[in-house]
Amino acid sequence: MIENLFFMNGYGLYVWSAFTFTLVSFFTLFLIIKIQYNKEKNKFIAKFGSLNSERAAFAKSQSINKEILSNISNI
Amino acid sequence: MFKYFEPNKIFAITSKAPKYVLFLFIVILSIGLTEALILSPEDYKQSHSVRIMYVHVPAAWISLGIFSAITFLSVIGYIFKIRNFFLIAKSLAPSGLVFNIIALVTGSIWGKPTWGTWWAWDARITSMLILALFYIMYLVAWRIFEDEDNDKVFKVTSIITILGIINVPIIKYSVDWWNTLHQPASINILSKSSIHISMLFPLLTMTAAFALFSLLIFLMKYNTELIKIKNKGLDRL
Repeated sequence: MIENLFFMNGYGLYVWSAFTFTLVSFFTLFLIIKIQYNKEKNKFIAKFGSLNSERAAFAKSQSINKEILSNISNI
Repeated sequence: MFKYFEPNKIFAITSKAPKYVLFLFIVILSIGLTEALILSPEDYKQSHSVRIMYVHVPAAWISLGIFSAITFLSVIGYIFKIRNFFLIAKSLAPSGLVFNIIALVTGSIWGKPTWGTWWAWDARITSMLILALFYIMYLVAWRIFEDEDNDKVFKVTSIITILGIINVPIIKYSVDWWNTLHQPASINILSKSSIHISMLFPLLTMTAAFALFSLLIFLMKYNTELIKIKNKGLDRL
């Protein structure tokens, strides 16, 4: 049973390499997008932190900025 | 109607959704992989190599679907001047390109035991390669023109998608119009499919898993793009 799952009548190499390539591509894309997200998120936090209190209050009054700050670690 | 597509409203949903989509994707993918690699039967002609179909076909379907969606969003976005449609289209493109590459590579791997060659300049395969080039041109256009001028990037990317969409029906009907190595479609929405239910079920499960993955990537990329815009907004404060 296990042997058949790996060798698949001689087609195992083709089948497993196709599935492996797909899953590795998924993982790589996920990782790249996640890194880009974290980069922008950290930039946003740093910029927000550097604002003076008046500008920070104004920025915080925008609903999307509030959403970003409250959902920053959601992925 | 378009007010519902405003980033403020969408971000409230897109920022919370990825973790649920990721969970669902892992569950569906696990079921799909078990079906595709263990439970589904081998083909009487192609033996176990038919299992490559469970990654090759969904990847091809989704890459075509995403390109069509990108074109639709770009054209509507350009006509009605809805900037958010361009953001959605841009966020869909990376997963579309990756699915296109997966379809090409797994097709090539499948081709070796089936046709005896890794590659042939066959109408279906060549038109899929051309689609990948359009995806690359689309993403490169964003990279080049994004920081210059919004109108320019919207115009250039819309033109690329309009030119690229001409290729989509060619991909779909290439196996009917020309004598190709590639087999004709086994699944037809309007007529009876030639694929058995024992193979159709894992194929549809894997398609659902791939669709969830593209949704996950879209959500993460879209959130990144929105935060990028907000970063520029903070610079101007």
